[in-house]
Amino acid sequence: MTLIRRILLRLLTTAITLFGVAVIVFFVIRVVPGNPVAMMLPPGATDDDIARLKALYGLDKTIPEQFLIWLGGVLHGDFGTSITTRQPVLSLVLSRLPATIELSIMALVIAMIIGGALALTGTRKRGTKVEGTIDVTNGVALSVPDFLWGLVLILLFGVLWPIFHISGRISPSIDLPFSTNFYLFESVLRLRFDIWADLVSHMFMPSLALAIPLAAIIAQLLKQSLKETMHLDYVTLARTKGYDENHVITREALPNAVLPTLTLIGVQFTFLIGGTVIIERLFSYEGLGNMAIDAVINRDLPLIQGIVILFALIFTAVNLVVDLTYAALNPRLRNG
Amino acid sequence: MSFLTIENLNARVGTAPILRDVSLSVEAGEVRGLVGESGAGKSMIGKAVLGTLPTAVEIESGRIVLDGEDLQALKPRDRRRVIGAKAALIPQDPLTALNPSRRVGPQITNRLVDILGWTRADAGHRAAELLDEVSIPDPERVMRAYPHELSGGMRQRILIASAFAAEPKLIIADEPTTALDVTVQKQILRLIRQMQARHGTALLFVTHDLGVVSKVCQSLTVLFGGMVLEDTRVEQFFARPGHPYSAALLAATPKYTDPDASLTPVPDAVIAGVEAEIEAHDRMHGHV
Amino acid sequence: MADARGLVKRRAGARLWLSAGWLVLLVLVALFAPLLAPQDPLMQDLFAARLPPFWASGADPNFPLGTDSLGRDVLSRIMYGARVALSVALIAGILTCVIGSVLGLIAGYFRGWPDVVISRLVDIWMAFPPVLFSILLIAVMGTGLGSIIIAVVVIDWTRFARVIRAEAMSQGAMDYVASAQVSGRKRFSIMLTEILPNVMPTIVVLLTLEMGIAVIVEAILSFVNLSISTDDPTWGSMIAEGRLSIHQAWWVLVFPLIALFLTVLSLSQLGEGLKDRFDPVLR
Repeated sequence: MTLIRRILLRLLTTAITLFGVAVIVFFVIRVVPGNPVAMMLPPGATDDDIARLKALYGLDKTIPEQFLIWLGGVLHGDFGTSITTRQPVLSLVLSRLPATIELSIMALVIAMIIGGALALTGTRKRGTKVEGTIDVTNGVALSVPDFLWGLVLILLFGVLWPIFHISGRISPSIDLPFSTNFYLFESVLRLRFDIWADLVSHMFMPSLALAIPLAAIIAQLLKQSLKETMHLDYVTLARTKGYDENHVITREALPNAVLPTLTLIGVQFTFLIGGTVIIERLFSYEGLGNMAIDAVINRDLPLIQGIVILFALIFTAVNLVVDLTYAALNPRLRNG
Repeated sequence: MSFLTIENLNARVGTAPILRDVSLSVEAGEVRGLVGESGAGKSMIGKAVLGTLPTAVEIESGRIVLDGEDLQALKPRDRRRVIGAKAALIPQDPLTALNPSRRVGPQITNRLVDILGWTRADAGHRAAELLDEVSIPDPERVMRAYPHELSGGMRQRILIASAFAAEPKLIIADEPTTALDVTVQKQILRLIRQMQARHGTALLFVTHDLGVVSKVCQSLTVLFGGMVLEDTRVEQFFARPGHPYSAALLAATPKYTDPDASLTPVPDAVIAGVEAEIEAHDRMHGHV
Repeated sequence: MADARGLVKRRAGARLWLSAGWLVLLVLVALFAPLLAPQDPLMQDLFAARLPPFWASGADPNFPLGTDSLGRDVLSRIMYGARVALSVALIAGILTCVIGSVLGLIAGYFRGWPDVVISRLVDIWMAFPPVLFSILLIAVMGTGLGSIIIAVVVIDWTRFARVIRAEAMSQGAMDYVASAQVSGRKRFSIMLTEILPNVMPTIVVLLTLEMGIAVIVEAILSFVNLSISTDDPTWGSMIAEGRLSIHQAWWVLVFPLIALFLTVLSLSQLGEGLKDRFDPVLR
């Protein structure tokens, strides 16, 4: 199968998946009890007022009709208007997205650094107590989800030894000179390392909580495939050429052992992004997930729809990127 | 003066001995066969010299002297350097002996550049020259190829070229033709012999195949259960084997002159005899 | 090396027993909570608010693990919270397991259009952020034990369906299944008598893991105040309350967190231990 056909097929299944997500979320939230429109009006509003407002949000039509109208809008880039804030859903969502992207990427980087370091150390010290300790630690880190790690981190570094912020994205006293919401990236670009440090000090705990389970998965899988690779003849051959153990592990074994880990990181990264919802809540971090929970509590239907679709879009995009990276990194696929 | 000398080498896994007082030597420019059935410890000797023993194997005692340097006395780092500069390995399976994620060229030149300090350009010329010498057409193209694009025979040629790249004084060939099909086997054997003769390299040829020994080697060492049974010249061995096990092994090998002749497996009585010898040896050295 | 492996095995055995021990203790506490709990878990007493645990100065021995900001006894609430946690773990875990496994078996063994439909559904489900999905479901269905159980089933059936589908597929390709089919038996009965027993070890392992996940989902939902009614003691609502008063009364967060942590860890260690036990059977 050619690469182009493969990509086209992927885009088609992605489109079907996104449509499925849209249908499900649309119909599920239309069953929500409680009348969001009534909450928007002052007490004493007449039935007429309610009807007028319903008509404004299109809530007076049948559900399939509402869906078609909404879908038509989405295809034109219009995700509707938030009921609680009365702002366009798209701009609301896009204003929060950078915070969540920065948090997720920081978590991914931390997970790769910790996981990679543990895998390399475990391989270097295979058969020793060090490897045993790493295995046990991995086992615990893997069994406990990010939500609990978040709470543990709050206790350890927010209360017991308060060296990091455990609430918010940035200190409120800081005057923001930024033109985008990618604060972390922009602070580096503008060389405002004072702001950068404040951001990192806020982000470190939530991103570490997200990173711990993934780091353990990476460590486990990478170590296993490294150990398998270390038995192969080309590794032995490199040893006889005079290379030391560190070179043999990082230069000969690692490039080949990393591929299976990479595909796994793709799937796991979508889980990690899914985890931002509750972690952002836990750390009062002003990202998309926190906004999503507020939207559910406030019964803000258009906003919920928009956020869920955006998450689905991110998940499928991540999977696509991982597949393409895998193809680009594997010489056998590249030329074959 | 021997280029490689192994003296009274003892190794074990846990409490089980796998090398028992092994002594052998390879003269400069000599081809010595190291013969035994699987599990006889023949590959272990090659690995002990090159320093690639599995971690479970522990060397108890003995000396390995390569070109006047006592390898066991060296620090690990120095030992690696000495091996890298003076010895090389032709591995068994060409399909797994080249790193699949790297191009072929750097895999030939990396030792020259990283360990021996050549310039990249010099090493590249040298690699092309060697590939030409092992009859690989269009060396420049092959050096840019990934291993999976080449046939098994090609890859074994590349590995041979790579082994000779640094003009080592000793090459250990670990069953280099076992993984290849028969027609390719013959070419590869001839090539190894030619290269060895041209470069004057000493060669320790690990094999289970006495037919191969008769074609390639000048002398041979017969192993069983990690113990040397016989150490002799090839003509002498084929004319008059010096150990009952050697004779039985010879009888169990197909003759090229008469491949259909019925073969006699090594008789149980002979095996029992060798095992008694090993037991006696272990008792004498305090292993029970 | 052999010794190191033996040590790892012994340690794994110890972990398995410790995990089982904690779970048995938890079941007993949940069953006999009314007898064991020192206080009424709902009783508020603002004069006894934020009492520290027994070893700290100013503690009241009637409230061994201290009280929360409304003066409710932390230990008693943890004991009653175990009831909710274990009910969700058992009921939601088993329901998810049955539904997900049946769909996985059908997709993996029958292939064809059921497989296409189920696999497509799994793909769609994988594109939902699970936490958000469960919160949404609770918002739709209203709070309560039943809603939580349904939410767990709805968000997590894919976990079983995916794995069991792959296993059923590889089992279905084996010779013993082919010979059963040649004998003319109904495909459905082959699925139940030939395939199911062979994927059973995987199902059991996944079930223990799922129980841990169900406990977490319940805690997360109570944390965002969407679980059972707000008065009922659950570990999640205790954690939510503890998070708010963390600088004034850390014990309100710490003790339910420890209970939750140990329970989730024990369930997954139990799963891992069972996996090791089953391993020779699987291979």
